[in-house]
Amino acid sequence: MGVILSRLLQSLAVLLAMSFAVYGLMGLMPGDPIDLMIAGDPHLTAADAARLKALYGLDRPWTERWARWLGQLLQGELGYSRLHARPVIEAMGPAVLNTATLMAASLTLALAIALPLGIAASLRPGSLLDGAVNLLAFASVSLPVFWLGLMLIVVFAVELAWLPAGGMTEVTGDGGGRLAHLVLPVSALALAGIGQYARHMRAAMINEAGHDYIRTAKAKGCSPRRVVLRHQLRNALIPITTIVALEVGGLFSGALITETVFAWPGMGRLIYDAVMGNDFNLALSGLLLATAMTLVGSILADLAYWRLDPRVRRMP
Amino acid sequence: MRRLLAASLLTTMLAAPTVWAKDELVIGITQFPATFNPSIESMLAKTYVLAFAQRPVTAYDASWRLSCLLCETLPTLENGLAKVEGKGIAVTYTLKADAKWGDGQPVTSDDVVFSWTVGRHPQSGVASAELFRRIASIDVKDARTFTLHIDKLTFDYNAINDLRLLPAHLERSRFQPAPAEYRNRTAYDQDTTNPGLYNGPYRIAQVVQGSHVALEPNAHWGGTKPAFKRIVIKAIENTASLEANLLSGGVDMIAGELGLPLDQSLALEKRHGARFAVITKPSLTYEHLDLNLGSAVLGDIRTRRALLLALDRESMTRQLFDGRQPVAHSMVPPPDWVHADDITRYPHDPAKAAALLDEAGWKPGAGGIRVNAGGDKLALELVTTVGNRSRELVAQVLQAQWRKLGIDLRIKTEPPRVLFGETVTKRKFSHMAMFAWYSAPENVPHSSLHSDAIPKADNSWSGQNYTGYANPAMDRLIGSIETELDRPRRKALWRELQALYAEELPALPLYFRADAFVLPKGLKGLEPTGHQDPSPYWVESWRWE
Repeated sequence: MGVILSRLLQSLAVLLAMSFAVYGLMGLMPGDPIDLMIAGDPHLTAADAARLKALYGLDRPWTERWARWLGQLLQGELGYSRLHARPVIEAMGPAVLNTATLMAASLTLALAIALPLGIAASLRPGSLLDGAVNLLAFASVSLPVFWLGLMLIVVFAVELAWLPAGGMTEVTGDGGGRLAHLVLPVSALALAGIGQYARHMRAAMINEAGHDYIRTAKAKGCSPRRVVLRHQLRNALIPITTIVALEVGGLFSGALITETVFAWPGMGRLIYDAVMGNDFNLALSGLLLATAMTLVGSILADLAYWRLDPRVRRMP
Repeated sequence: MRRLLAASLLTTMLAAPTVWAKDELVIGITQFPATFNPSIESMLAKTYVLAFAQRPVTAYDASWRLSCLLCETLPTLENGLAKVEGKGIAVTYTLKADAKWGDGQPVTSDDVVFSWTVGRHPQSGVASAELFRRIASIDVKDARTFTLHIDKLTFDYNAINDLRLLPAHLERSRFQPAPAEYRNRTAYDQDTTNPGLYNGPYRIAQVVQGSHVALEPNAHWGGTKPAFKRIVIKAIENTASLEANLLSGGVDMIAGELGLPLDQSLALEKRHGARFAVITKPSLTYEHLDLNLGSAVLGDIRTRRALLLALDRESMTRQLFDGRQPVAHSMVPPPDWVHADDITRYPHDPAKAAALLDEAGWKPGAGGIRVNAGGDKLALELVTTVGNRSRELVAQVLQAQWRKLGIDLRIKTEPPRVLFGETVTKRKFSHMAMFAWYSAPENVPHSSLHSDAIPKADNSWSGQNYTGYANPAMDRLIGSIETELDRPRRKALWRELQALYAEELPALPLYFRADAFVLPKGLKGLEPTGHQDPSPYWVESWRWE
């Protein structure tokens, strides 16, 4: 319990430092929204620029604005999104849900395919199957996701017309078809993730296979299936758990390129637009949510170690 | 049985996209509007979407003539609806009798006064308050007739395209208690599908953030009934995906105002010309190179002229854009009635360009690059927007063509935010910046050519005269054009201005951009405007055939 409390306190410190760094970096970016307005509107006068900067608080030093934002946050207020002219929570809500759906589905699919492939390849290193899994893994990590996405669209939407090319739902009729719209972006993301998970799984399994406890289990007469599933896999899952836990943040920060290619209105796009548009409240909230979720994932990984590894349980 | 059920369920869920009924139209654009209030923050996607649902009092039509959209008669000095008063002018408009908001409330003079009040309030968040400031007061004659008292007499006295009407009966209660909070409380963003917010042929019926906006007919629209029962505007930022959506039937057409780059549209036309028509119209968008006249090299007029003479712009637009983007000789495009043909032109003439450079002291040096007497190389830097394929291609052509004449060009690209938020606005570019001006017909280039519009720290970097061009003759011409009401005399002044521009070359003209509209063969009636007033202002003419 003490360990978890300590981790939570560390996480809060990380979030505070992160918010300061993000705010500072955005504040130091060249140009602000009013400068861009000046460039785009010939009628905007110096007085207009000064008035608008004061209205949006852009005339104050960024440190002062960060301190005000922090004070607001401590009162439970995320503030208003400047770009979307609505509370941050309202602007972010649908995007968080869309991203979580997309990322969770792709992570689940990637793990469901990659882990069995990695295990199978590890059982017969150097075999034809192992070679095929390695080839797939290399292809998966090498192919740029935007290219993969576009190819999937060309084949399955344009040529075969089996699936919609983009968007979240049908835009006409009853607005259904959400599952059909998920297939291509989920496939693109899953295909891009399969490689790394399969290779990690294979490497972890092979590493465990060389340990004494596996030899002992075999000597005791355990069936090969039991050795793999009850002994070897359980320990091999520890590094995989770490990798998956770190992906939790990604569930909420989105995948900018995939979202752009498939016109999926998620957090990646929202955060990018907020950063580029100097929408401090929205950008900061989005980035901090992703950071917080990564930290939560890390704590969950610690809990998983505790469950999977008896040595961790015995630590003082 | 269970398997059969599961299979049929999966088939239903994964069904291919619906075949659209022909009374629906799905339009693809590359940006999603962040907000919907017509007065606060300008954004092209918002202008485009609202053009289906909101009508300004006046707008420029596809022939680039000012016309009434919500008013009955365009006020002029000739028809007596405009009268000079002192240094200003009084202009009287009467709103159309059948102009109504989507909840059945009439559009009234009270809406005009309210919109003006919001526009000129310093805390309302309205960015460009120029028009609202120029209107000193408004006299309401009756529910439909009002007179604007404008404090300065200019030739465009009757153009109030930027006066976007807000429904006072819905918005006043959100504005009056706290004007500084209005931008966050406006019904356009808090209750976007309220029919009472729209006075056009359509109203916004559904908004799926980041994805699409659906429009349905406004039941109280008094004009020609539009042909479509539903129009969906779908945002797909990636242009390759947008094209794929078009080919797969996910969208029916791609808007020219916010659609595919010209080169991509032309490639699509070659491959799928049987299914889609690609309509292009040269627009007011003026692609050019702003020159830093403060630099030692470009301060010399001979070098500027040599640079333009060294370019084969005709061949460049023919090869890169199929000749659909006409070469520019000044900032005024040919369809504009004030365009002048009889000004200095700079056809491709490498020999003359070389002679001018020799005269300016730039002689061929080692390695083929020209050097001056001090041994400095004739090396220039061009900065432009990253990710704009057309500009990147043009920059490479410029580099190659100038290299032949011994000029070394270094190309630098920056994100638009950096280029327009810092480099150009604060005049930090070393030699030249390539970008475009987007304007209205007969737009006086005060902000880009007048000496009082040079951005400096003490004017908060406002103004768009990024070249630093200062010429009293140009200042006088700009002032005269702005206040000259007689058309023939004004046209003569415009000719003088264009001639001076072509002589002095504060910027190097490249070409006028053409927006490409990709339309299904059966869609008729859409006419590109080529200027800032988008084509959906005339959506009633669109139809399937």
